[in-house]
Parts: sequence; C-alpha cells; structure tokens
Amino acid sequence: MTAILLIVPPRLVRLSAVDLIIVVFYFVLVLAIGAYLKGRANTGEDFFMAGREMTAWVAGLSFLSANLGALELMGWAGAAYQYGILATHWYWIGAIPAMLFLALVMMPFYYISKTHSVPGYLKLRFGEPSRALSAVCFAFMTVLMSGVNMFAMAKVMQIVLGWDINFSIWVSSLTVAVYVALGGLRSAIFNEVLQFFLIWAGALLIPILGLVETGGWSNLKMQIAQRASAQYVHLWAGLGSFTANPMGIHWTGIVFGLGAILSFGYWTTDFLVVQRILSAKDLRSAEMAPIIGAGFKMLVPFIVILPGLLGLAVLPMHLTPESAANGSAHSYNDVLPLMLAHYCGPGLLGLGITALIAGFMSGMAGNVSAFTTVWTYDIYRALINKRASDQHYVNMGRWTTVLGVLVSVGTAYLVMQFASIMDYVQALFSFFVAPLYGTVVLGMLWKRATNAGGFWGLLCGTCTSIGMWGWVKADPSALRYVALSPHAKTMAQDMYQALWSFVVCVLVTVVVSLATRPRAASELSGLVYGLTEVPSVKNVPVYKRPLFWAVVVAAVFVILNIIFW
Amino acid sequence: MPEQVETGTTISIWFFIGISLFVNGALILGVGIYQLMYPPVNPAVALFNLHADVWWGSLLLVLGAFYCYHFRPGQGSQ
Repeated sequence: MTAILLIVPPRLVRLSAVDLIIVVFYFVLVLAIGAYLKGRANTGEDFFMAGREMTAWVAGLSFLSANLGALELMGWAGAAYQYGILATHWYWIGAIPAMLFLALVMMPFYYISKTHSVPGYLKLRFGEPSRALSAVCFAFMTVLMSGVNMFAMAKVMQIVLGWDINFSIWVSSLTVAVYVALGGLRSAIFNEVLQFFLIWAGALLIPILGLVETGGWSNLKMQIAQRASAQYVHLWAGLGSFTANPMGIHWTGIVFGLGAILSFGYWTTDFLVVQRILSAKDLRSAEMAPIIGAGFKMLVPFIVILPGLLGLAVLPMHLTPESAANGSAHSYNDVLPLMLAHYCGPGLLGLGITALIAGFMSGMAGNVSAFTTVWTYDIYRALINKRASDQHYVNMGRWTTVLGVLVSVGTAYLVMQFASIMDYVQALFSFFVAPLYGTVVLGMLWKRATNAGGFWGLLCGTCTSIGMWGWVKADPSALRYVALSPHAKTMAQDMYQALWSFVVCVLVTVVVSLATRPRAASELSGLVYGLTEVPSVKNVPVYKRPLFWAVVVAAVFVILNIIFW
Repeated sequence: MPEQVETGTTISIWFFIGISLFVNGALILGVGIYQLMYPPVNPAVALFNLHADVWWGSLLLVLGAFYCYHFRPGQGSQ
C-alpha cells in the first residue's frame, strides 16, 4: 500500500471553475434526491425493495447502471488497451445471453415467489442453511467489491486531478452513505438512472471524436495493427489457440467459462443486479427490465472498449501494467482519463469527470444497498433477531448502510495491496458466483433437487473455487492443470476455475439429491419449473411481449459478433 | 424513450435527469461560446476546431429542456 501511495504520476489536468461547478452540482443533486426520497422509505418494503413499483425502464436502466462501476469504466478500458477488442466479450457473450435467460427463464420464479433477495429464494427452495451460506458469502464479496469501487475512484481523482486519495475515498463514500441511508433502494435506483445518463453524456464524445481523429474504424484498425497487433481487433479469429491472442485464452474458456458460467452466475444470481429487477411493479416489467438492460449493454463497449482501442492509436505515450507504472509512466487503467484529457476542454472535462465519479458511485451504491438488504433480511433477521418490528429492520437497514460503507472504506485500503484491480475482482466472481448459479438454476429447473443437495453442492462448489485459486497462488505452474494448457494466462484461470466449481456444484447437488428424500410438490409451488403457474401473455400484443424483444436483442448480438469476428 | 414513468412519487426520476442535462448543457454551451469568441492561442485538446462543446452542450440543453417540460411535477405522469 505504501509503495502505491508514494507513486503519484503527474497530474493530467487542472479543472477550471466551470468543471468544478459541474462536479459539485452532481453531488448536490444526488444528495437532494436522497433527501427528497427519505419520506418514501418508511417501511421495509419501501426501504429494501423500493416499494416494488418501478417500471421496466427504471428497473432496466438501474440494473445496468449498478454494474457500471469502477470495473466497467476504467478497468475494461484498460483491458481493451492491454488485450484489444477481446475485452468486448465481457459485454457481449459475457452478458447478453445471461440477461435474456434471466428475463425469460428465471425471473418468473424470482418474482412469483415474492422473495426479497437471492439468498431469500434459496431459503424458500433449499432451506435455512443454504440461505445462510450464500448470504454470508455474498455479504463478504459485496463489501470487497465496494472497496474496489472506492479505490478505483480515488485513483482516478489522484491521477486526473491530483486530489488526495484519502480525501476522494471519504467524500464519495460518505455521499453514498447519506443518500442510500436516507432513501434506501429507491434512492439508489433513482441515482443509478441519473448516473446512466451522465455516463453517456460524459463519455460518448471520446469515441466520436476519436473516430474523427483516426479517420474511421478501418483506419483505426490499421493504426492498431501497426502499433500493437492485428489480433487486437478480432473478437473470435485469434481464439483458436492460447498463443494466438493477447489474452492467452482459448475459445472454450470464453464460451463455456465466461459465456455459460461466469456471466450467467453474475447476471442471474448476483443480488446486486437482481435486486433492481425485483423492484419492478409487475412480472412483465420484471421480464422486460433485463432485456432493456441487455439492449443498452451491447452499446457500452462504444464508450468503454473503443476508447481503450483509440488510446492505442492516438496517445503519444505507451501505457504499462499497474505493477510497472512509476512516477513518470501511466498504467493501462489510466487510459480512459487520459483520453478524456486528450479531447475534452473546460466544461466537457467536468462532465467527463462527473461521469466517471457517477459510474464509481453507482457501483458503490449498488453494493451498499444490496449488502444492507442481505444483512438485514438474510443474516440479522434470520439468525440474530427474528421477531423485531418492521420499523426496527428499517432502522437496522439505515445503520447497516453506514456500517457497510465504513467496512468498504477499510477494504479500499486493502485493495491497494493488489497489483491489478481486474484480476482481483475476477477472482472474487469465480469464488462465489459460479457455484451459486449452479445451485439456483438447479433449484429452479429440477424439482428433484433436495435441501441437502442444494447446500452441499453450493458448499463444495465454493470450496473448489477457493481451493483452485489457492493452489495456483501457491504454485503458479498449477495453472496448466486448471486451464488445461501450459500457455494459459491469468484471465484463463478465472474462466476455468468458474467452470470447474460449477461442475462440482452440479455433480454434488445431483448425487446428494438422488440420495436424499425429495420435497413434496406442494411445497415447491411458485419456486420450480413445472410447478409454477406463469400468467398468460395471450392478450398482450406481440410487440409488447418480452420474448419478442429478447429475439430482437439476440439477433443484434449475433450480427455484432459476426461483424467484429 | 420510456413509454411510461416511475409511479408513486411527486417528482418523476425523469425530471431530475432533465435538470441535470439542462444545467450541464447550459454550462458547457456557455464555455463553448466563450471559447468560440475568444479562442485560446494554444488549445490544450485535440480537434479543438470542431468546437464539440458548442454542439454537445446544445444537444444536452435541448434534451434536458424537453425532459424538464415533459416530466415537470404535477403533470400526472409520475
């Protein structure tokens, strides 16, 4: 930590008065929204579930915006500079199929069961032990993720503006604590939608001006081929072997590890994002929300990946890995603020900086509000105090928000010890998310799965993931066994680690379930496929049906992958 | 854009977004016009000659004004 704190690259820009006004106006507006919504967060349903009255658009944009945190903005722009267009896989195959699956297959069970959280669904489906295990894992992961967000934001402020890293952490975290503690989930959702617009308004100019400067996409590809490699602009062409692409990964890892396991685990069972959908006002809105989110998700590479690629072509300096950055060099993760400084003058720069802050704060608020709900409902109420009043739980939620932020601040300082933000977060995902997905999807689609099967599958899957990570950490050469290739690199490890933990989870769940007594069908009504009555859409026009829009999004997804093959 | 808006609150979320876009657009457009009238001798940014702040600020201003008007409080469109 000390080493990183001492390495302070030269400040990129100096904000003008108008830039500062824009930044300050943003903070005032989000606090005003929180204060305004305080009067509408008096009951548990209001505070933790936003009253379950959000429209599909609000829930969908919030669903997407909660994910537009530090990882999305700075991390993936840096990954695009480092690995090329391959980073887009995390937005397309690593998100779109999972979002559509959530909308069409899983959402009816989440919504009809009226659960308030993903661990809450596990309680209904597999009993208290499964809920406790997933709630504790989720709470642990969430505060760490929140710390990642804080650290990334503070780094941006330090690099771009020269602000003290401690000052940035405390100002942003206290702002989030105030507006989430006041207005609960509704406040977080409102600000996430606001942040969605700010992110686009502040970041969209970079790719537009970048393509003008480089002479269009074709010229950009040629310049990248000259300065880096022609493989940097192909999504799939270099994935035939581990050595033919800059990421050192095989297509099986992308398709089966990322596309089939990690992304499904994250987008369908990570309560941070699912919570936004559960706030929808009815089932059709809950199904439409992820589809709306998927539509916009496909566009996000335009403001995140493309700036990273443009950085390869137009930035005069060569960026380095985080571990190699020193007082005179910038790291990959700096590419987005560097591009911002390259194109944006007074006013636009303030908006761009505000967009970055908004992205970081939306991710942080998402983590904090989800943590608050899981702690209050799935840990405190389930295990510590079962009989308190609704008002007591609301008060607990408000205090937990503040406490969660403080724990996250501590985590932010811990994160500084890691060389790469990206690798750290990826490791966290594969610890908990992949096995949780296995447990939830089996619970929803296989009525024979039993309580014992669900619990032991989840536990063994999680232990497998942590065990593999520890194995490679202790002996890096073990990666060849985990990823099935001596050429595999760190990113490949995460994919295969997720794949194996999912496989172990499913196998253990199936074996234990077949060896134990199944639950009665009457107990599984509303929780499992085949035993849940989903409202008919016969009277809904075709163009308003979730399935119709899911097909449209899927078609665009396929076309984009072919174009950038 | 949204076919319907948030329910159950006095002020719509879209109104807050309108305020944000309007104020930011006005500030950026103002700076852009000033720099158009008094251009810096050595512009610090690439493609300064395109005056992105003028047209981008105008776009945000118009979009923000539309949202503020269309979703203003008391219109029954909450």
